[in-house]
Amino acid sequence: MNENGDRMSIIVQTIASILFPLALIFSFYVIMHGHLTPGGGFQGGAIGASAVALLIVAFGAKYVEGKMEEENLSIFESLGGLVFVIVSILGFFLAATFLTNFLVGEPLFGIIPAWGEAPLNSGGVLPILNLAVGMKVIGGLASVVLILAIASKEGEK
Amino acid sequence: MKKVTAIAFIIFSLFLFFSAYEMRSFGNPPSEMDDRIIGKYNSTANKWEYGAVNETGANNAVTSVVFDYRGYDTLGEATVLFTAIAGVMMLFRREKK
Repeated sequence: MNENGDRMSIIVQTIASILFPLALIFSFYVIMHGHLTPGGGFQGGAIGASAVALLIVAFGAKYVEGKMEEENLSIFESLGGLVFVIVSILGFFLAATFLTNFLVGEPLFGIIPAWGEAPLNSGGVLPILNLAVGMKVIGGLASVVLILAIASKEGEK
Repeated sequence: MKKVTAIAFIIFSLFLFFSAYEMRSFGNPPSEMDDRIIGKYNSTANKWEYGAVNETGANNAVTSVVFDYRGYDTLGEATVLFTAIAGVMMLFRREKK
């Protein structure tokens, strides 16, 4: 792109490093409020992955790969899928069927909200599944963008 | 052509503006019109009599459909994502030297 490799200018780098934590916080907010407000695991995960894509655009794929290794993102993604499946199977063993919402009505997570109230610890297993899907989408999309960016850089040479 | 685009843009913005203006306030449960899906709230007993909120505890009925009633679909979607990423990894990942 310019003289210092695939990095962009210092202005873009500064803005990107300011925006990256804010985008991650917004992504986490959308994921964790999935059972209360519009949004959820997929949408919040896409926001988080776009934050990583912003870093890749500003700092270059090699630098981002050095900071957050792609293996870690894959592990993160697999962890999300594993949590989803484990919670689903727990529904089979603790309650009726696969994917049963077995935490509803329990005091800690399963509060059924009254009219006009929206506590974060309602919804039973839905926040946990939202978090699992969010981890999966962040890890998956970010690693795909990272791998494709690295591969396209290698193809240019 | 530009005038048509501008008029379409203005109409669309007005549409978005008025729908945002009509939206329920943040975090509130839906209006009483959605009774059959969301459930009926008994204000004297302070609880839901039936419906999605009573069964899943989630204020957002869409999430209760996506992750509870149709949880298999979400699992399948996650599997599709996983397969796509596995394919990209297989094609593009290089061994580290």
